[in-house]
Amino acid sequence: MKLANPKDETKLDDLAGGSQAGIREQKQNPLVRVAELFALSKWYVKLLIVFACLMIPLVVQSNYAMRIIIYIGLYIVLALGLNVVMGFTGLLNIGHAAFYAVGAYTTAILMVKYGMSFWLTIPVGMFLGVLLGIVLGFPTLRVRDDYLAIVTLGFGQIIYIVANNWMGLTRGPRGIPGIPVPSLGFSDYQIVIESYPAYYYLILIFVFFTIYACVRIKDSRVGLAWTAIREDEDVAAVMGINLVYYKTMAFGFSAALGALAGSFFAVFQSFVSPNSFTILESVIIITIPILGGLGSIPGTIIGAIVMIGGPEFFRAASEYRMVIMGAFMVVMMIVRPQGLFGKKLYQPTYKM
Amino acid sequence: MALLSVNSLIKRFDGLTALNNFSLDVDEGEIVGIIGPNGSGKTTFFNVLSGMYPADGGEVFFDNHSENLLKLKTHQIIGLGIARTFQIQRPFNNLSVLENLMIGGHCRTRAGLFSALINLASARKEREQLKDHAREVMALFGTRLRSVEMNPAWTLSYANRRRLEIARALVSDGKLLLIDEPTAGMNPAESLQLAQTIQAINKKGMAVLVIEHDMKFIKKLCSRVVALDYGQKIVEGTYAKVRNHPKVIEAYLGRE
Repeated sequence: MKLANPKDETKLDDLAGGSQAGIREQKQNPLVRVAELFALSKWYVKLLIVFACLMIPLVVQSNYAMRIIIYIGLYIVLALGLNVVMGFTGLLNIGHAAFYAVGAYTTAILMVKYGMSFWLTIPVGMFLGVLLGIVLGFPTLRVRDDYLAIVTLGFGQIIYIVANNWMGLTRGPRGIPGIPVPSLGFSDYQIVIESYPAYYYLILIFVFFTIYACVRIKDSRVGLAWTAIREDEDVAAVMGINLVYYKTMAFGFSAALGALAGSFFAVFQSFVSPNSFTILESVIIITIPILGGLGSIPGTIIGAIVMIGGPEFFRAASEYRMVIMGAFMVVMMIVRPQGLFGKKLYQPTYKM
Repeated sequence: MALLSVNSLIKRFDGLTALNNFSLDVDEGEIVGIIGPNGSGKTTFFNVLSGMYPADGGEVFFDNHSENLLKLKTHQIIGLGIARTFQIQRPFNNLSVLENLMIGGHCRTRAGLFSALINLASARKEREQLKDHAREVMALFGTRLRSVEMNPAWTLSYANRRRLEIARALVSDGKLLLIDEPTAGMNPAESLQLAQTIQAINKKGMAVLVIEHDMKFIKKLCSRVVALDYGQKIVEGTYAKVRNHPKVIEAYLGRE
């Protein structure tokens, strides 16, 4: 790397000592610059993107392609939720599918057994998700790093096993079929959400809501506290950040978004079974923010498009497509370990 | 009444007694220096005081709070008015200088999850005020921090990171500042400048406890000096008294 000549830009103040030795600013990632240009900075760019998203069902005619696009939206919600815990707060969570499962099963059971409206099951699912997130949040105060990964892994497995064995509630491996379609409106004037475009608009609302929530939080006092915890937990505590409160809050917030995606999944599939919430599911969700760049919201969105859309793109290669995706992941981690849009984080060589 | 009173504080690491019945009073507006050879328990004292290590005995009272400080959680202490810096610098490396300082003001702000979600006007105002306050604190160090406020902390020079840590502690608007070896790695001109800054901070009404090996620095700053050895206070008094005390010389150089 070529350093700029420090003399070129030396200010008088620097001469007394404390010169910056040419490091004016961290060299910016060109991808990050593109993302800022297209996604964040200008209001008309935002408007254009929203407009383009609204037009998709009119342009895309095939049901198959629509289905993929809806899945991409679903995974954007899931991955942005996980990004709160992994990207902002720096806690590894290999059990995110558990929250997804809670949302899906809540909607499925309440709609099928109790005939509740889909819209009412969403807050219930999110509430249960938050409760579960807080329960998972507590052990994270005692364990760190690798050990935390094991705890969350176990947690994900517990939810899966409960779903698989609690016959009375979840019907076990047989799953819950026949989840009714959601509808909106007054008694006689109902808009039934059953076509692909309708589901697409539904998930689009959820995606926009999730992006809005994540952007707001990232820029707030809470987001700053989360990043402080990611950078250095002990110093964060000395600086007055309540670790118990903020870590459980991160898990709760992440879980709420996971449950939201679960609720959508239940009505979209009209069938839930434990097989949808295996550890593989958690792993797929994890790869998305890592591929896109941990902590980056546009990165996570692009990550979801690549990870979910990518295998479909290679479908012609049949069995080899997962090999191609796997090789792609390996190459990515070697060439760009910080992810597509991620900032390269500085890691100190030692810790006190 | 003293601002901070520490009564027979004890801290053990297994067999090693790092702090042995250590007592100390700090009055309002005072600058007290703590000296002692390496391993004498100076930094341990700061770590216990700021709640990073649990104490094994003793009590600490601060300001008008009737509760023993040692019973509080780590994050509650800065809110009472005790802020600190670290011997081995620990800025939040990947956050900008301004963000680092804003975290220092965490205990003085209240905005929560929901006010952020609905973008409440009060939360935005609070954030702007915090930014202004952080910039005021930066002004103490001239343009050194101000000119790099948007750069990530890891790009800062060694001396600037020290300044950043002091500034971060100051944003909390405390009454007592604990500074751990501020001049390590600084040249004489920078040390002098830092001493002036600390005096300026002190003039604004903040008491300062400073650990330091540089005796000139201590002499210039401190109205009172405490010497530690093996976790015990050996001498306390003016710089002149402590400097020439036989016990201090023995602690540093050994017995003849």
